[in-house]
Amino acid sequence: MLRKKECVAMLLAGGQGSRLYALTNNIAKPAVAFGAKYRIIDFPLSNCVNSGIDTVGVLTQYEPLELNEYIGNGQPWDLDRAFGGVHILSPYQAKKKQSWFEGTANAIYQNMSFMKKYNPDYILILSGDHIYKMNYAEMLRAHKATGADCTIAAIEVPLKEASRFGILNTQEDGSIYEFEEKPKQPKSNLASMGIYIFTAEKLFKYLEEDDANPSSSKDFGKDVLPAMLNAGERMFSYRFKGYWKDVGTISSLWESNMDLLGEDPAFDVGDSDWKIHSRNPLAPPEHIGDDAQVSNSMIALGCEVDGTVVNSVLASNVVVEEGAVVEDSVIMAGTVVKKGAKVCYSIIDENVVVEEGAAVGEPKEAGNGIAVLGRNITVAGNVAGGKIIDKDYKGE
Amino acid sequence: MAHSAVGVIFSNIHDDNLPELSRHRTMASVPYGGRYRLIDFTLSNIVNSGITTVGIVTKNNYQSLIDHLGSGKDWDLARKDGGIILLPPYSNETDAPYTTRLEALMGITGFLNRRNEDYVVITDCDGIARVNLQEILHFHEEKQADITMVYHEETEAAQSSYYITLQPDETGRIKGLKINPKLKKEKYNLYVNIMVMSREFLINTIQDAVTRGLSSFGRDILAKNVDTLRIFGYKFNGYCATISSLQNYYSHSMELLSREVRDELFGARDVYTKIRDSAPSKYAAGAVVKNALISDGCVIEGTVENSILFRGVKVEKGSVVKNSIIMQDTVIGANVELDCVITDKNVVIRDGRHLAGCEALPYFIGKGRML
Repeated sequence: MLRKKECVAMLLAGGQGSRLYALTNNIAKPAVAFGAKYRIIDFPLSNCVNSGIDTVGVLTQYEPLELNEYIGNGQPWDLDRAFGGVHILSPYQAKKKQSWFEGTANAIYQNMSFMKKYNPDYILILSGDHIYKMNYAEMLRAHKATGADCTIAAIEVPLKEASRFGILNTQEDGSIYEFEEKPKQPKSNLASMGIYIFTAEKLFKYLEEDDANPSSSKDFGKDVLPAMLNAGERMFSYRFKGYWKDVGTISSLWESNMDLLGEDPAFDVGDSDWKIHSRNPLAPPEHIGDDAQVSNSMIALGCEVDGTVVNSVLASNVVVEEGAVVEDSVIMAGTVVKKGAKVCYSIIDENVVVEEGAAVGEPKEAGNGIAVLGRNITVAGNVAGGKIIDKDYKGE
Repeated sequence: MAHSAVGVIFSNIHDDNLPELSRHRTMASVPYGGRYRLIDFTLSNIVNSGITTVGIVTKNNYQSLIDHLGSGKDWDLARKDGGIILLPPYSNETDAPYTTRLEALMGITGFLNRRNEDYVVITDCDGIARVNLQEILHFHEEKQADITMVYHEETEAAQSSYYITLQPDETGRIKGLKINPKLKKEKYNLYVNIMVMSREFLINTIQDAVTRGLSSFGRDILAKNVDTLRIFGYKFNGYCATISSLQNYYSHSMELLSREVRDELFGARDVYTKIRDSAPSKYAAGAVVKNALISDGCVIEGTVENSILFRGVKVEKGSVVKNSIIMQDTVIGANVELDCVITDKNVVIRDGRHLAGCEALPYFIGKGRML
């Protein structure tokens, strides 16, 4: 019997994520921590596994080391398969030519042999910068039912934000007649989620043609999808109605973390029917001290909280000492907030020391924005709202 | 250079000390410390001491243990050579399964013969301590001992149905070894069920015991030969909790609320356990939590004080949980009050119930009960 996989997923994880500033100085965006114990890439990977897709190529380029280590052999996602599983695909030297991945389409094109090895009927293209739970198997069913060559997952966004997205203009049956990348005057509010299913042969054909076209920028949204549409291929939208958030900016990353909180959270990571798998920290249960106050927060294993934590998300092994206050903030693993320090409306990366009496950030109402501290630094004194700091800091 | 050793863990041997929690499981798989099973502490000591082959001797009720251990990968013990090797009782039509430690060892001579490590570390699953086994192996070699037994100085009377006390001389050699003595003195040296010997010595001892029809390791081998064998005691000075009753299960568990104890046991962050992929715990706007250990997957809307919550516990609004140990996936409804209660896994406590025990006699609620 021919060994094959019906659907192979290709996850674009090479982006720098420059709008996350200090948080992506040394790591790729998909490796950024989220929701106290996860990393962004856990969401597409868990979606794959929960949808029955067990073959995933992860395309890395920018600062891949930590991401590679995190994915490892794929065992935490049950993706250490004998045939299939997760594979890191990095740019490589080839006999004919050598090059970095030049655009999203080029990255996939350069890994054609990886996909063809599995003799797939369909290719699922994903990106590593969104937080959502989605059953790709249902999308694949829709793709087959419409007989499409390409299906694009789409979600309604507020019309005033529509010009930040690729916008799909569709007929009543969901077929796409026009695709506009970041239009100034959007005709609809149906945004592409950057999730595509292609019938494999069509994708391979258009990638070959795109590669041969010297004027192409080798991008799915700008080149490949318009080329398919112009050639009259069957392209359909697939409506998604759940939670979906692009966490490519400091403020959207903060908002998405806050969406986990509350009695009826906008996004629930504790859903046992759709588990989010991740590499788990080795840590004992968190300890909440005698004088601690914890309210409306999410706290991971290994934390030691003796101060006050309100409306915040604390990743593993965070220490909040006596008299310290953490409010409206996202704190990543191993960070220590010392006695009497105050952290407000901030995102603090891993292994930061906030010294005694320091004050990081200002309340949201002050309007100065989110303070950001990069990893492995020591911070003393006052850090104003909206400031981004990635070196040791002693105040102004 | 690390000494090469194979571990042998007895998973059932103290079950009768803790009938409440071992009714449906082995002592090894008794839940402890919020997200662990007792065997996790023993296995982590073994792995962190560079020992990668562990035979686990089982007798009965070991489904939960097999479920917990899986392939051994969570302890880094899924190995091509060695790793975790389950040793269920060996018996044929004429033999009944073992009843003593010595008979159990007779049943695993095949395993011991097939290995090639120099030493054997024999341990039970009733101790919670952070022990560097390499140091004990080093001590054993330095003393040219036949057997090295690890002990801990205790002051409170032992509650176990079977225990051994040791009297070492100034060199560490054991001059007196008593089984279940009456304890009058304030301080005594309790053997903590960790023992080291060379593999060859163990195999020879077992063969000799078979030919002479001996049955008790403690009485026939240790106590009887204290003058002829070089038996040494290794004094362990760190934190060591030996679980020998429901009452001291409760009191030792509560010691984990002390930072010193946590720092010693978990400071290096390398106690391994089965991974469940639970979400981080959520604390609601009205939650009040004081001096509590909370595992992942919990949702707390009420008050929790001086308590340990295992994975996936829910405490609904208006409820007050004090001085209690609440095991995995227990659901505590609204306006419940609990004081000195131990719930086993998957217990449901309906709205408005008030339950209390006392520190000397915690109120125990069995697995899966609904109140």
